[in-house]
Amino acid sequence: MRIKLEKRPDPSRLMLVVTPIASVLLTMLLGVIVFDALGIDGQRAVIDIFLTPLLASYKWQDVAVKAAPLIIIGLGLSIGNRANVWNIGAEGQYVIGALCAAGVGIAAGPVGGPLVIAAMIMAGIVGGGAWAAVPAVLKTRLGVNEILSTLMFTYVALQVLSYLVGGPFKDPNGRNFPATAPLTADQTLPLLPFTSVHLGVGVALVLPFLFWFLMSRSVFGYQIRVVGAAPHAARHGGFDGNQTVWLALLIGGGMAGLAGALEFTGALKTINLGFPSGYGFTAIIVAFLGRLHPIGVLIAGIVLAVTYVGGQVAQTTVHIPNATAGIFQAMMLFFILASDIFVRYRVRFIGSPKSAVSPAAPAPAAGE
Amino acid sequence: MNDRLPNRLELIGITKRFPGVLANDNVSFAVKPGEIHALLGENGAGKSTLVKMIYGIMQPDAGDILWNNQEITVANPKAARKLGIGMVFQHFSLFDALTVLENIALGMDAKIPQRELEVKIRAVMQQYGLLLDPRRTVATLSVGERQRIEIVRALLLDPKLLIMDEPTSVLTPQEVEQLFVVLRKLASEGCSILYISHKLHEIKALCDTATILRGGKLVDTCDPKEETSRSMAEKMIGAGLKEIKKPANTLLGRPKFIVDRLTTRPDGAVGIGIAEVSFTVHVGEIFGIAGVAGNGQNALLDALSGEITVRRGEAIRLDEAPIGAVGPTERRRHGLSAVPEERNGHAAVPEFALYDNSVLTARDRMKMVRSGLLRRGVAKTYTDKVIAEFAVKAQGPNATAGSLSGGNLQKYIMGREILQNPSVLVVSQPTWGVDAGAAAAIHQALVDLAAEGSAIVLISQDLDELLSLCNTLAVINEGRLSRPMNIEDVSIEEIGLLMGGVHGESAEMAPTVVPPTTIVAPTPMAPEAEPAHAH
Amino acid sequence: MGTDFVIAAIITIIGISTPILLAGLGELVVEKAGVLNLGVEGMMLIGAITGFAVTVMTGNPWLGVLGAAAGGALSALLFGFFVLTLNSNQVATGLALTIFGTGLSSLIGLSFVGRIVPQFGSSFPPALSRDPIGRLFFSYSPLVYFALAMVFVVAWFLRRTRSGLILRAVGENDLSAHSIGYSVIGVRYLAVAFGGAMAGIGGAYFSLVITPMWAERMTSGRGWIALALVVFASWKAGRLLIGSLFFGVLMWLELNAKAGGLSFMPYAGSIPSQFWAAMPYLMTVVVLALISMRDRGGSSAPACLGKPFLPAT
Repeated sequence: MRIKLEKRPDPSRLMLVVTPIASVLLTMLLGVIVFDALGIDGQRAVIDIFLTPLLASYKWQDVAVKAAPLIIIGLGLSIGNRANVWNIGAEGQYVIGALCAAGVGIAAGPVGGPLVIAAMIMAGIVGGGAWAAVPAVLKTRLGVNEILSTLMFTYVALQVLSYLVGGPFKDPNGRNFPATAPLTADQTLPLLPFTSVHLGVGVALVLPFLFWFLMSRSVFGYQIRVVGAAPHAARHGGFDGNQTVWLALLIGGGMAGLAGALEFTGALKTINLGFPSGYGFTAIIVAFLGRLHPIGVLIAGIVLAVTYVGGQVAQTTVHIPNATAGIFQAMMLFFILASDIFVRYRVRFIGSPKSAVSPAAPAPAAGE
Repeated sequence: MNDRLPNRLELIGITKRFPGVLANDNVSFAVKPGEIHALLGENGAGKSTLVKMIYGIMQPDAGDILWNNQEITVANPKAARKLGIGMVFQHFSLFDALTVLENIALGMDAKIPQRELEVKIRAVMQQYGLLLDPRRTVATLSVGERQRIEIVRALLLDPKLLIMDEPTSVLTPQEVEQLFVVLRKLASEGCSILYISHKLHEIKALCDTATILRGGKLVDTCDPKEETSRSMAEKMIGAGLKEIKKPANTLLGRPKFIVDRLTTRPDGAVGIGIAEVSFTVHVGEIFGIAGVAGNGQNALLDALSGEITVRRGEAIRLDEAPIGAVGPTERRRHGLSAVPEERNGHAAVPEFALYDNSVLTARDRMKMVRSGLLRRGVAKTYTDKVIAEFAVKAQGPNATAGSLSGGNLQKYIMGREILQNPSVLVVSQPTWGVDAGAAAAIHQALVDLAAEGSAIVLISQDLDELLSLCNTLAVINEGRLSRPMNIEDVSIEEIGLLMGGVHGESAEMAPTVVPPTTIVAPTPMAPEAEPAHAH
Repeated sequence: MGTDFVIAAIITIIGISTPILLAGLGELVVEKAGVLNLGVEGMMLIGAITGFAVTVMTGNPWLGVLGAAAGGALSALLFGFFVLTLNSNQVATGLALTIFGTGLSSLIGLSFVGRIVPQFGSSFPPALSRDPIGRLFFSYSPLVYFALAMVFVVAWFLRRTRSGLILRAVGENDLSAHSIGYSVIGVRYLAVAFGGAMAGIGGAYFSLVITPMWAERMTSGRGWIALALVVFASWKAGRLLIGSLFFGVLMWLELNAKAGGLSFMPYAGSIPSQFWAAMPYLMTVVVLALISMRDRGGSSAPACLGKPFLPAT
């Protein structure tokens, strides 16, 4: 038996929606099997990772706070991936964004208020964008592959973080611990009363709809889509490929920087060496699981946040390392990528082909 | 050729189905040893599919293949070669970065040391007069030379049947003659040749038998020497050919579109640029540009459409406005539209709906954008109009471009540009791979557009198309354009010489622009072009 | 700066450049076949943990290396199944492989944290490396000699053998190779598996030679440098060796900066150690920029690199 692919004239809309859901379910199923094989209670692990955060209401705040950066970064990356620009250095842009916000905060000293917070957030966006601008220059001027350059700059960003929090940004009253001084109460984002849900969560809920509108209705969105789908045709239509690379990287970097600034001013209030928590990488999965659609990214961001929170639950219940959530995330990404085939093709299973030089086999009788 | 000899190859009831198309429907015919057998049909008639099954690239859904009267299954090309079937493809299966020798070695199933292989290659080349340096990298060879590699590769296997898929579509008339000499010699030695073509005069000149396919079905098997070109054409096309209605009196108006010493930088390592191209197109004129594929046609189209810009704006003038330095969007505002050769991924985006494809090139002139936002309704209405007026078979403006057949997509693209009422239209290969009905409609649309006062530049490799449509004709060769000729004064022989890069006395290049000495020994010119996307 | 110091430096540099050389050679072959596998980092981590685990369990580092090769190859075949059989996007699938490898290696590594194996060092008699010159030649892990030998094997394979010619052909023009009758997918599967095995061995070099223990994410981004190395080398095995030594020097500088051992350099004290730590990554970008400037108007990359194979039938 072999698999035969027939290209669909149009991508299947049903499959576009069904396959991400199927990917999550398949990941859960395979997770049970794999963890059981490794001698861990697979069923418990999968329930804890995927369901406990949803069923236990005290985990909801946690999910919302973790989903916010994933959604915001994922939105920016989905624009890039639509245009075939592969920014995989969002983690670094996220860190630099937060550091720029911290720099503004330190410069402001004890002064607080909405203006300072706004300035910190702006600094985050600009910083993240600037960090992505270097790969953009290299790509448009010299043709340097942005996959490698954005990633290399992530490693550089981690060293910048290490240098700044251990030196110029170090809290003078912090017993020599490498971390910035905590923000004062009027330097942090407002919270929803009695919760840890900060304004950044609201931003993450609004932005997908703004992006949706831009991508589907504006010439800008059209430009991104056409450059990604057919760069040659885009040039024929008068869209500049280099300009698109710039837009994609600046938006991706700016969004990652925004997420970093919001995480800093909303959730953590200080930056230490543990600040980079992999959101920038996980957001790549968010973008794909959301099928590069803004609303899809919103949902996928929540799903991935669930696995983050659930991973911590499972850490205490079945004693698996935090990194194993990565296995589930990677499996989801594998499945969603592989399932593209169902969107673009009809998959047919057909009998084994005639073997060479043998006479044609008689057709099997019906009802056999 | 002897009728009493057993058939070398016989097909019985071959059928092959693709999603939505019956590519071959119950096709049967036979080829004798030493026979040159033509497989004649239009683009899309199913010729290529048929020979792919003989060569083992595809398997038939039904029917039998007989080789020397024995039923066989050709599982893959290797099995085909083992039987003694060789094939020279229309699109060469060559590896640009590898040498001639490496390319041929890859095509050999037997493991022969390279040194021994080189000796054999040189012997075959000598025997058939196919000259090539085995150590050269393919990227540096001309199209004709590349075809020779394919032929040598096939001949090294000592084939009993050689399949040639549209071998002359990329050759000059002179190169075609040389190829025919080789093929006749091969046939005289007993090798059968299956010759795929849609060029009637070639088949009359070369072939012993012709099998004609139309829409996947076998129409007739005949002796081309006893047929007229017209009778074969009618069998090939079906219904009698529609004549193109040309306005009786073609008086040309004032100069509309002036190209003056347009030069672009070669694109990439292998690509070709254009050098010092100059011509003028008048109101109502169709200006044809002939040439063998790969001689700078794509660079010329990109330079005219604005995908490649040059620093000197005066290099291209439309109604005296210099537009050489501006990109496609600005040129469209001036009234210049372009249709590139490649439909999928260049002229249109296959994954996009037709109305989104209309936005691609018509958004400014047809007012589909207001304050940065798309007006989908306007785009859909315009697309509906294109579909209706150009008889595009499509399920409305929401159908994706990729779901249309080649001919319908081309009609849509032509309609999208023509209904914008361009004052200058540049088109490349408008009827390539398009069925006869659609081709006739496209030709008529071009003629009508010119009659309404537009200037048209028609780049094509199809001489028949050019001769029937154009007022003026020039030939492009290695990025240089010949002197424009009035269509009444053109001789096929002269065009052939120009296409082959031979600049004889009767075919000198435009002398007013470039002194002839510069052409014979071209000096490197300072490239003034830069890609449209830089800065 | 004495001779001993220089020889010690050379020995360290050759050692730390070996994993990226191994992984780079594997990726070179993969890319020559037209496949871009960005999962090198993940495959190295899987190789590091399987190599370590097998060594712990059997006590035999040679079996450990075999295990690492098998682990790397298996994870590469997983990647291969997605991109070659299911035609998924190579860039994204490679990323997924890296995330997957990072997570899986952490999970497997749970029960191996804190355990130590004897270093898989030189297997020559100690007498040979008693004097500095002897050390220069005989003090390395067998994997170092293996890596150097593989430089020649890969170069010879690609340039001189028929199989190498077929592999290059598949990477240059997959449709033509298919139409001649070569199995594009088959060749690519083999290349991908080889690349995974080499990345796995490169990963095992971390857990068996550099620090004979297991730590999460212990390859710390070297897999990505191996990818850059292939571009740096213009897809040529000999240049890959030179490139790996160049990056080896940078990593050596970082090691010394952390240990405060760069006193021979002027002003070294005023440069933060993070600068040296960022150096390999920054230099990768600089090198990529220089390569791109040199290659303007025509890259030496295989023509089908990263593109899915979509034959007409």
